[in-house]
Amino acid sequence: MDGGILEPSLYSVKAIAILDNDGNRLITKYYDEQFPTAKEQKQFEKNLFGKTHKANSEIIMFEGLTCVYKSNVDLFFYVVGSSHENELILASVLNALYDSINQILRKNVEKRSLLENLDAAFLVVDEICDGGIVLDSDASSIVQKVSIRSEDTPLGEHTMSQVLQSAKEQIKWSLLK
Amino acid sequence: MRRDKKEEEEGGGNPFHNLEKTSVLQEARTFNETPINARKCSHILTKVLYLINQGEQIGSTEATETFFAMTKLFQAKDPILRRLMYLGIKEMSKIAQDVIIVTSSLMKDMTGKDDQFRGPAIRALCSITDNTMLQSIERYMKQAIVDKNHAVSSAALVSSLHLSKGSSEVVKRWVNEAQEAVSSDNVMVQYHALGLLYHIRKYDRLAVTKLVSKFSKHSLKSPFAYCLLIRIASKLMEEEGAGTDSPMFDFIENCLRHKSEIVIYEAAHAIVNLKNTSAKELASAIPVLQLFCSSPKPTLRFAAIRTLNKVAMKHPAAVTACNMELENLITDSNRSIATLAITTLLKTGNESSVDRLMKQISSFMNEISDEFKIVVVQAIQSLCLKFPRKHNVLMNFLSSMLRDEGGFEYKRAICDSIIIIIEENADAKEAGLAHLCEFIEDCEHTVLATRILHLLGREGPRTPTPSKYIRFIYNRVILEHAPVRAAAVSALAKFGAHCEELLPSCIVLLERCLLDTDDEVRDRATFYVHVLQQKQKAINSAYILNGLQVSVVGLERALHHYTLEPTEQPFDMKSVPLETQPMTEQKAVREPGDTAAPKSTDKVAASRQDVYAEQLRAIPEFANLGNLFKSSSLPVELTESETEYVVQCVKHTFGRYMVFQFDCTNTLNDQVLERVTVQMDPAEGFDVLKTIPCPSLPYNKPGTTYTLVRLPEDAQLVTGTFSCTLKFIVKDCDPNTGEPDDEGYEDEYVLEDVEVTVADHVQRVMKPNFSASWEEVGPENELEDTYALSTMKTLEDAVKQIIQFMGMQPCERSDKIAEGKSSHTLYLAGVYRGGHDALVRAKLALSDNGVTMQLTVRSSDPDASEVLATAIG
Repeated sequence: MDGGILEPSLYSVKAIAILDNDGNRLITKYYDEQFPTAKEQKQFEKNLFGKTHKANSEIIMFEGLTCVYKSNVDLFFYVVGSSHENELILASVLNALYDSINQILRKNVEKRSLLENLDAAFLVVDEICDGGIVLDSDASSIVQKVSIRSEDTPLGEHTMSQVLQSAKEQIKWSLLK
Repeated sequence: MRRDKKEEEEGGGNPFHNLEKTSVLQEARTFNETPINARKCSHILTKVLYLINQGEQIGSTEATETFFAMTKLFQAKDPILRRLMYLGIKEMSKIAQDVIIVTSSLMKDMTGKDDQFRGPAIRALCSITDNTMLQSIERYMKQAIVDKNHAVSSAALVSSLHLSKGSSEVVKRWVNEAQEAVSSDNVMVQYHALGLLYHIRKYDRLAVTKLVSKFSKHSLKSPFAYCLLIRIASKLMEEEGAGTDSPMFDFIENCLRHKSEIVIYEAAHAIVNLKNTSAKELASAIPVLQLFCSSPKPTLRFAAIRTLNKVAMKHPAAVTACNMELENLITDSNRSIATLAITTLLKTGNESSVDRLMKQISSFMNEISDEFKIVVVQAIQSLCLKFPRKHNVLMNFLSSMLRDEGGFEYKRAICDSIIIIIEENADAKEAGLAHLCEFIEDCEHTVLATRILHLLGREGPRTPTPSKYIRFIYNRVILEHAPVRAAAVSALAKFGAHCEELLPSCIVLLERCLLDTDDEVRDRATFYVHVLQQKQKAINSAYILNGLQVSVVGLERALHHYTLEPTEQPFDMKSVPLETQPMTEQKAVREPGDTAAPKSTDKVAASRQDVYAEQLRAIPEFANLGNLFKSSSLPVELTESETEYVVQCVKHTFGRYMVFQFDCTNTLNDQVLERVTVQMDPAEGFDVLKTIPCPSLPYNKPGTTYTLVRLPEDAQLVTGTFSCTLKFIVKDCDPNTGEPDDEGYEDEYVLEDVEVTVADHVQRVMKPNFSASWEEVGPENELEDTYALSTMKTLEDAVKQIIQFMGMQPCERSDKIAEGKSSHTLYLAGVYRGGHDALVRAKLALSDNGVTMQLTVRSSDPDASEVLATAIG
């Protein structure tokens, strides 16, 4: 069935993935049986990465699924849902994922930093989505629930570029609103 | 990059690189040590989680051992360690044994003071809980759902939903708590509670209706909850078949003015997807989508254009208002968006905007990949068929695309499109051929060049000025490699055969090929020169214009057979089965952006007869019937589809016999049928010679029985009606085991009649050049008659029925009738049983009382002419 009415359900996310810049998985979580084995999952990730790593265009229809994605330095964040799912819900999950990771890693969103904080990253993914149901989509509330290490950074530890970056972000957001 | 490149390459940047499963699980024994080193244990636990996440298979024993070591860590108070343990428990719950051992520890955390642990503990607990355990935690779950801590409440609600898959009865008792939670001031709690509430009540339509009407007024806070409510409402509308007067629709429409984009889009999407939306309802949703099209967010643009694309399929007019926005999107950096925009525009565009649109598209054709270009080509092709008058612009566009760089698939798509347009639209023929001529001047793909040369040979001679194509074709003879030269030689011969005034020049050109270096080219040229020099139309038609019409597989088999048994007799071409024409080609229309294209089923039709021939040959009784002439194309149902026994009939026609194949299915699971036959009551002149029973017909396993019938001696008696009865022995059996009783009894079952029609004796054959064949067969056995077909009201109807009666192939596209015409000539070609060519020309005219038809039949056999001339009456 194409289009038609979406079945009212809370199960909206099929998978969340964070890949590195070679398309290898760092963290992935599948919430239904579409890709039952690790082999199929990895093949899907590889294909998806091949389609998305060059063009940074945020959203793609891929193998009958809607995938929203975002990348920074050497990390690629994906949220996958059914092709009938509201794309904006998926996008808000992606933003929650990215922003939470961003806060946890103190704006050093890159592979090395992610691996150093892998425990926290696992917890973030766990707090965002439980078995396919969106648990929370507000980054600050997610980070608060994970509640580790993020707030104990004194301002002095930020490098100048990070401060500038965050200022830029804030200005950008205020403009977009 | 400030990092050391080399270090990176060695995986030094990844502390988890090259982790060994066994050593990590070994390390996990550290969990048993006291006092617990929280930091170290966290790190090890992370490694375990990383391994599982990488898809490493952990055996049940290993997992259980690690799991039990992990339970020791409950003694530590470190928050991170504890949280990681919850994750570990969830991951291990599927592979380790006896995981319920941690129930009490988790319940302690769930009801404890530390809020941070409570939510995750509930979720972990529910992942290890089964039905029997659920009772004991029910009280705590109810409390947790209405807990004032949002995380706890959400966790409990979500877990309840997961649990309800297994044991919905218990969860149903929590409806009051869920109800209370919907009024929470936290958005996520509200969303989850609404989800649970709906899940519990979804089979109670009245309750769902109440739920929607209550919460649609109540003004929810969560955008997600709104989306859910919109989906519930639209599902209800769908089920009730409600129209726009429904309060549900008002609610959805109101959501278009919500402040959150998610909700607005969901509402617009819902309106578009409602089953009976008309332009009026769409009117409110379209402007919203239109606005989204110019959003800076790609996701929003994508969502909008995708929905608009869907609207355009049914209501192209409604989307026209957005054309400006759509045109901006065709240059979007996101290709999915750009392609959706193009295809939408091509659907909504009217005839006058085509020119402008084509200009727009050509500006960015270079930037997109071949894959997307093909989508555009297909869109243009359908546009050209929709607006035949625009063929000029579109054809020019296609030819300029043809000149651009591109891969084989892309070029082939363009050539296919041009060829289809030429075939559908006679006005476009000359321009199309000219473009193709130009293309083969510089074409690196042999397949395409030969294909185009073949097309030129077929269509070129019948254009007003055939001479202009000769140059293009002869250039190929000089410049190309062997396969193309051979194709060019054949094309030249066709010009010579069809156009008398070009004959001398063609012979001269062909004579120059007699010394070609390639055998195939030389042979073809020699053959054609000789045939052309005979200057006999019949020979030209048979050997140049209308080639062989046998099935290649069949020819191969017949020749092989011939060589196996040395005989004095020459090989008889008439013994070779004919090529069956695929009935109607289903053109698969591919929607870009949707899932994989449907698989084409055309190819099956062509080889079906070969399959039947093979099956029949395997039956010893049918070994000496000769070659299978024709199998009826679609099985005829002899029973209603919902009866005890389902029987279908396929008719196989041989030179002097017919075999009726009955495919039977027994749909009763408490019966086994044995010795199943179909008794046929023959019509006059027909003799039933033999029946081949189906030995056993168990439940739901199709079986086949055959009946052999000899055709009447009188060659003009070919049609008849057979009444059929299914005869069999019934044995009752146990539905579960299928074991039949020993005793059975005879029974019969009346089937519907089987008709043998004229069409069963005629095989469809395509004659690319009908007039040449008409001359070839000659007027020797010509019959002509005039009929008044009063039951047929339109020419289309008449053409369809005549083709059906005769079972012949329409030639020269004469099955298509130009609009608004009151007369038409239908050309049909076929081969009559016994291998006699048969041609029919039916001149049709529309009159006040039906259609008048002048039917002329020519055939190489007088009986065939007689039968065909009386087929319609």
